[in-house]
Amino acid sequence: MTDLTELTIAEAKKGLSKKEFSAVELTTSYINNMQAKHKLNAFVKETPELALQQAAASQSKIDSGLGGELEGIPLGIKDLFCTKGVDTTACSQILKGFVPPYESTVTSKLLSAGANFLGKLNLDEFAMGGSNETSAFGPVINPWSKEVPLVPGGSSGGSAAAVAANMCAAATGTDTGGSIRQPSAFCGVTGIKPTYGRCSRYGIIAFASSLDQAGPIAKTVEDCAIMLKVMSGHDAKDATSAKIAVPDFTKVLGQSIKGMRVGIPKEYRVPSLNEEVASYWDKAAQMLKEQGVEIVDISLPHTKYALAVYYIIAPAEASSNLARYDGLRYGNRVEGKTLDEMYVNSRTAGFGREVKRRIMIGTYVLSAGYYDAYYLKAQKVRRLIRDDFIEAFNHCDIILTPTAPSAAFAIGDKSMQQDPINMWLNDIFTVSVSLAGLPAMSLPIGLNSKGLPLGMQLIGRAFDEESVLKAASILEKQVAFRGVK
Amino acid sequence: MSIDAQTVKKIAFLSHLKIDEDKIDATKEEFNKILQWVDQLKEVDTEQVEPLVSVNDGTLDMRKDEVTEGNQAEAILANAPMQEYGYFAVPKVVE
Repeated sequence: MTDLTELTIAEAKKGLSKKEFSAVELTTSYINNMQAKHKLNAFVKETPELALQQAAASQSKIDSGLGGELEGIPLGIKDLFCTKGVDTTACSQILKGFVPPYESTVTSKLLSAGANFLGKLNLDEFAMGGSNETSAFGPVINPWSKEVPLVPGGSSGGSAAAVAANMCAAATGTDTGGSIRQPSAFCGVTGIKPTYGRCSRYGIIAFASSLDQAGPIAKTVEDCAIMLKVMSGHDAKDATSAKIAVPDFTKVLGQSIKGMRVGIPKEYRVPSLNEEVASYWDKAAQMLKEQGVEIVDISLPHTKYALAVYYIIAPAEASSNLARYDGLRYGNRVEGKTLDEMYVNSRTAGFGREVKRRIMIGTYVLSAGYYDAYYLKAQKVRRLIRDDFIEAFNHCDIILTPTAPSAAFAIGDKSMQQDPINMWLNDIFTVSVSLAGLPAMSLPIGLNSKGLPLGMQLIGRAFDEESVLKAASILEKQVAFRGVK
Repeated sequence: MSIDAQTVKKIAFLSHLKIDEDKIDATKEEFNKILQWVDQLKEVDTEQVEPLVSVNDGTLDMRKDEVTEGNQAEAILANAPMQEYGYFAVPKVVE
């Protein structure tokens, strides 16, 4: 029998319905693989008993023909989603031991669709990072690592690594500035950040609320479409979730893209762009051209300001969101003589370096006297960045760019550690999309000369995930990327 | 714009964070580097531009002001680091 953990969700669904294997057998294979690969540090909390219970329940549903869209499919959940009765920490000391009394909307939708949860996945602390190195549980090792351990990207590093290493069939991720797309690229897997408002943020531990969006990381474009369909939809508990019907994203897969206009933004040819990445970018455009698309040169003139805008707006929102961690109602408390001292002691002990850095930047740019110069200015340039996309989409239907300027780098990389801005530059191709609230997907395009995966990004108009998925499904077929090993 | 040690202390105070005395200078340097980098936004003309607060178009719904999930005291207190008599317990505030 083939290794069940190598199956895609679509394949596993078929196997389950044809009774080639049971849901319990499928889940058991994943549990074995998850436990055999502990050294990757992808999971921070494993729930094998729970997964097996859910698998047994799934099997009876399948037997009686009542199975949901993800019945019996074993998933990993980024530890930023609140899961009822299961530790949820955002990989921060300050939330160690926190057991949510409620379920996030996205995970509750996945459970209703019949998914089984194998456990919680590692991430950068409060999703603040691009390498998974800021996690209080330590870094995740990219399964593509050769001699030197490489980062999986971040912040959804555990999610991307676990999917790449077949430790779960698919995973949830969240994306604030690139946190689904960049780790997907680094780990050779596929991930989509939908339009802001597509998925409910209820029960997702907040980082920057005007940017945070949930999305799936999976092995294939089809699996992303299956997952996204379940995860999406309006939710009264999130005022920013959109009242827009959720299409069956799988229907468009494989459909002809003839005549589609694919934009190539000239501003993305930055000096730091790796040569191999650049050549794969050209190759991807060529592949799409062979399928009948029209390649259009476009301009996104405010691209160079996106990172600076992001690193004002995201910390500002984070400083406000993270003000709730005070050691009073939940999380880690460090005692003090006064209430104020208790707050300060708890927060100083509970937050890691990058989180403190961002809280302080955010506090500064929102403080009296600086608000207009920084925060308001950033919000204005944010509009210009969004307007660039609106204008560009008058000339094209989707946009093709690399996902990240390079492949995965080594854990503990000196230049990244010494200067936070170097680390932030990894988000150069992903942040603009987040600021504009648009859907974007990363899929593997090939390996570089060191044998490491590189990703391409497809960006769509607001709520047009279908064009992104359609083009991605065609490109995926041309690329015929093979996973790790 | 560049900031001094006093401002670093003030930001830490406002953030409810403590910075050790010997780390103040390093934090100041790091901050100034970041602020210098974001200062590039000054070159963008935003005279006629409205700030973008949210990418959501349209207005937000009002909802009825009513209890939806009441009587959850136990669940709410379950994660409290310290509780007494069904309340969150904190250090003494009033002498």
